[in-house]
Amino acid sequence: MPEQFIWGMEVFLNGLMAGVLYALVALGFVLIFKASGIFNFAQGVLALFAALTLVGIMEGQVPFSHLINAVFGTEIHHFGWHVPAFLAILLTMVVMVALAWAVNQFIFRHLVGQEPIILFMATIGLAYFLEGFGDMMWGSDIKKLDVGLPQGINSVIDEVTYNIFGYGFFIDNLDLWATLVAALLVIALVIFAQFSKHGRAMRAVADDHQAALSVGISLKFIWVMVWSLAGFVALVAGIMWGTKSGVQFSLSLIALKALPVLMLGGFTSIPGAIVGGLIIGVGEKLFEFTIGAPYLGGATEIWFAYVLALVFLVFRPQGLFGEKIIERV
Amino acid sequence: MKDMDADSYITEDGRRIGGVVMEMRNITLRFGGVVAIKDISFDIREGEIRAIIGPNGAGKSSMLNVISGFYNPQEGEVYYKGEKRPPMKPYQVAQQGIARTFQNIALFEGMTVLDNVMTGRIRQMSSGLLAQAIWKGKAEREEVKNREQVEKIIDFLEIQHIRKTPVGRLPYGLKKRVELARALAAEPSILLLDEPMAGMNVEEKEDMSRFILDVNDEFGSTIALIEHDMGVVMDLSDRVVVMDYGQKIGDGTPDEVRNNQAVIDAYLGVAHD
Repeated sequence: MPEQFIWGMEVFLNGLMAGVLYALVALGFVLIFKASGIFNFAQGVLALFAALTLVGIMEGQVPFSHLINAVFGTEIHHFGWHVPAFLAILLTMVVMVALAWAVNQFIFRHLVGQEPIILFMATIGLAYFLEGFGDMMWGSDIKKLDVGLPQGINSVIDEVTYNIFGYGFFIDNLDLWATLVAALLVIALVIFAQFSKHGRAMRAVADDHQAALSVGISLKFIWVMVWSLAGFVALVAGIMWGTKSGVQFSLSLIALKALPVLMLGGFTSIPGAIVGGLIIGVGEKLFEFTIGAPYLGGATEIWFAYVLALVFLVFRPQGLFGEKIIERV
Repeated sequence: MKDMDADSYITEDGRRIGGVVMEMRNITLRFGGVVAIKDISFDIREGEIRAIIGPNGAGKSSMLNVISGFYNPQEGEVYYKGEKRPPMKPYQVAQQGIARTFQNIALFEGMTVLDNVMTGRIRQMSSGLLAQAIWKGKAEREEVKNREQVEKIIDFLEIQHIRKTPVGRLPYGLKKRVELARALAAEPSILLLDEPMAGMNVEEKEDMSRFILDVNDEFGSTIALIEHDMGVVMDLSDRVVVMDYGQKIGDGTPDEVRNNQAVIDAYLGVAHD
């Protein structure tokens, strides 16, 4: 077997797993867009905020310590305890639900029926507010996140592939875990949306507000639920990306990676977000490997996803799985 | 003979009409300076088909929106099951057991007929978020029970053949029937129908009339409906409220209303002074 092909396979596998991580972020967008028609620019910051909160709780950091110390002249920074990862994740989820409630109560409840562009602007405002709020609450230094997920090369895959191809694939354990978690998350979300009472109510609200009200669905409850779900997805994405590259401001920029995924998969489709993520992940890695690095001087990963998404947009504006746009005259 | 003052009575075709389930007292609704409803009172009895009729712009739809909580009147009280109802959100009214349809149809276009009708059961599903998420035991039994009731309604309204069809693809007449099915699935104490026959041809109107009568007969539903087509309503209803320019100009059995001079004037278009 030619070397190029074997390396290509390794690149392909790594691309698939990078794609899963993109898909995780895109999922958060899809959830909120489906249920409320809001394109949530703050989804990336939500992931950052979730990761910051998780690290803060695990490390026993005192929230708003800088502010407290400045006002009261104290010198406290830590409670002096460490919270186990599982408990910390649960507590972070409680914070994300509270945040979902606050976001709905103080912002979006007042913007019902406004133009989509106004809702979009509101999410930009929310993104920057949350960024500052997260900094104020937990500090802006780069933090290490370790919830006990295995990292480093998977030796089994390395060995097996070495025996077959004479070349060991480098597959990161963390990526494998991320793939597994993302798969479970997607299956759970699809089952929830399709078959549960609240999932059905969520789809109903997404479809027609008036009709939803008339069958007894509280819009407020569904919106808080959806923002909580998006917060949960953000937390999962935050854990994966945070473990990979540290919890820092740049984490919020992963939202930009989700945009081409959404253009590809459609803004309203959960499976679309997954398949879109995979195509982008594999596409950009393979392009870099076959054309980018050898002929174009590399670093094509920065823009390739967007160009791919543009090409898709031209031929299929509703995305791969998006609801078909039918114009009736 | 009908005795309106007794608590219940039996109609000529043998249906039992019970006591007052909803009462509107001196309802006035304004939009800015425009008075949509002016000091209207009437009641709805259990098991009856109660119509609100009137020319276009008479305030019928506004009245239905007051009953279903989409509008809150500036003056007057709504009594439901003997108790005064505080101002409520539409979803709270729905949870109290008042289901409705819309003049312009408000269905979940992207969902199948079955899913649409299932949303009508949301009031009957009590399992919490966690139980639903885990999807076991109680939630599952509930889903099965709700499915049975929904299938019964789907059969009854003769829409089995389109169960799995997305509503967006259906023709108008069928959409109206799906909307009726969804409202019926809630097992409402009062079923509000906003112009159920609007935009239908004669044959579809006859079908819909038959379904309304059958629903009332089979499920014992209390039905309040709005219609501007007088002919249809007279054959259908037990009692009729007639509105014109936001005011009540008649109230009684179809025969009484038919012979009411104010009603005749309103429909023949006598000049108002």
